[in-house]
Amino acid sequence: MAVTSPAPVAPAVPSGARPRRRTAGPSRPAPRTATAVITLSLIAAAFAIPLISMLEFSLRTADGHGLDHWIALFSPETAGRYSVIWTGLGNSLILALVTVAIVLLLLAPTMLLVTLRFPRLRRTMELLCLLPLSLPAIVLVVGLVPIYLGIGRSLGTGAWTLAFAYGVTVIPYAYRAIQSNIDAVDVVTLSEAARTLGAGWLSVVLRVLVPNLRRGLLAACLISVAVVLGEFTIASLLNRSTLQTALFVVNKQDPYAAVILSLLSLAFAYVLLVLIGRVGGPRRGPRRRRDRATS
Amino acid sequence: MRPGPAPLADAVTSTAGRRGAEGTPSGVPSPAPTGRHARTRPRPGALRAAAGLAPFAVYLLIFLAAPTVIAVATGFTTADGTPTMANITALADPVIIATFTNSLWLSALTAVLGALIGAAVCLSLLALPEDGAVRRSVDAASGVLAQFGGVMLAFAFIATIGIQGLITVGLRDGFGIDIFADGTWIYELPGLILPYLYFQVPLMVITFMPALGALRQTWVEAVLTLGGTTGVFWRRVALPVLAPSFLASTLLLFANAFSSYATAAALSSQGSAIVPLQIRAALTSETVLGRENLAGALALGMLAVMAVVMSLYALMQRRASRWQ
Repeated sequence: MAVTSPAPVAPAVPSGARPRRRTAGPSRPAPRTATAVITLSLIAAAFAIPLISMLEFSLRTADGHGLDHWIALFSPETAGRYSVIWTGLGNSLILALVTVAIVLLLLAPTMLLVTLRFPRLRRTMELLCLLPLSLPAIVLVVGLVPIYLGIGRSLGTGAWTLAFAYGVTVIPYAYRAIQSNIDAVDVVTLSEAARTLGAGWLSVVLRVLVPNLRRGLLAACLISVAVVLGEFTIASLLNRSTLQTALFVVNKQDPYAAVILSLLSLAFAYVLLVLIGRVGGPRRGPRRRRDRATS
Repeated sequence: MRPGPAPLADAVTSTAGRRGAEGTPSGVPSPAPTGRHARTRPRPGALRAAAGLAPFAVYLLIFLAAPTVIAVATGFTTADGTPTMANITALADPVIIATFTNSLWLSALTAVLGALIGAAVCLSLLALPEDGAVRRSVDAASGVLAQFGGVMLAFAFIATIGIQGLITVGLRDGFGIDIFADGTWIYELPGLILPYLYFQVPLMVITFMPALGALRQTWVEAVLTLGGTTGVFWRRVALPVLAPSFLASTLLLFANAFSSYATAAALSSQGSAIVPLQIRAALTSETVLGRENLAGALALGMLAVMAVVMSLYALMQRRASRWQ
């Protein structure tokens, strides 16, 4: 690795040089297709095993395999047995909603304000927003315990209060989604144009900026929902009931139900992620354009 | 300033300048401002705009800064708040050192393995069409599985290599191999390796894939023209160009494994093999080494490791960005 410094390579690729051929061969260096397909298939098979195991486990019955556990989970007679799950799911959905509200009403407006009025604070804002990435949730919990004692006294011990902590864990992801959209749209020019034409700040934000940033905002909301629904550390150590802690509890009485619900939430997360890909792919848009330009 | 938006910006700044002269005594007259200058110059209502930053600042102060400070500070105090170094010196206890060693070892192993497997996936994907179905489903699956860590992942592996797991039973009945011949390791430290890899590999795919965009076909052509081979290209061009990104992603994977709690917590409900589980034990006031507030000291230890890893990460990223 240290043998060749990358520097000598650069002069060989003058920035003006473009390959003449547009169609022949891949636009990128790549391994042989056969090798690639075999590698990918092996790894995909390895990753499928735990998922198949979960499915097989959920179909196990006293005498072979069947849909018994799936039916039991959703039949009204046994609803009481799984009430802890539905409470947890309800709490998680409320938490997702409040966290999304924090992203849309607190993070996004601040990011716009920084872009429009305080461009010098951009680096600081980025640093602050990405900071939670290097802060393990378990460390955050140690400090949140006394804070939530105070919150419990003033706001009650409702599960929704966890959203304040979740907001912090979600900020890095939401920030990246929104910021890449802000970078792609010339927010400053747009708002200055709207202001010149006599729009008030409120209509600049609501009628000019939000529609232009809807992809980034939507992607931020979806990723926030995904993170909140999967969060376990903070909820479990602060003794709040959410989807994940409920799964943990139910697993002790009825592992089949826990596995079925895990499969379902995985499927839900997959759909959510595919939606994010469809909606924004905020990173994808500009990149693809650049690729086309160079190939 | 680009030529396009200039008139707009000038129009805005000139009105702003006029209002500024009326409103604030320190209103700076604008001598033909360039765009950049105009944007950063204080405008009327700057105070009100600054107040708009306050809610977010207060929020971060209460839920980001305060917990971090409290977590670290409790490491230096006893339960009733008197300052003490006892918790910090407790970090030198053999049990704690062993836990940190376990955590570091587990994170390093799964980071390196995850990075290698993930890089293999990324390179293989280069051979497939960029807008193809395979590429898109791998992207989506990586997104889901990288977030999959936690309780559900523990269930998945209990169903796979648990005592009654599909693979365990299959190997036992089909091939007479007992994977637990030397003890039920799935609920101990070695049992964490496979589940961790299950979220490390997808994270590698997510973080390393964009770096491969740096490779250019023109570079291959340059190498070939100068008498090299494709092998020479991969070894002497691609490898040095990708090395910083690869190392950066590996560091990110390390940090990811090191701070991960939920999977381990769900797999081993009693043990304290890794630092986050040790913190759980300290928080749920099971006596750890007979000390109060040890959680704070452990948190400080974790933060120190994370700070080193993330600084190295930032350094590598900066080197990697030369080719992006």
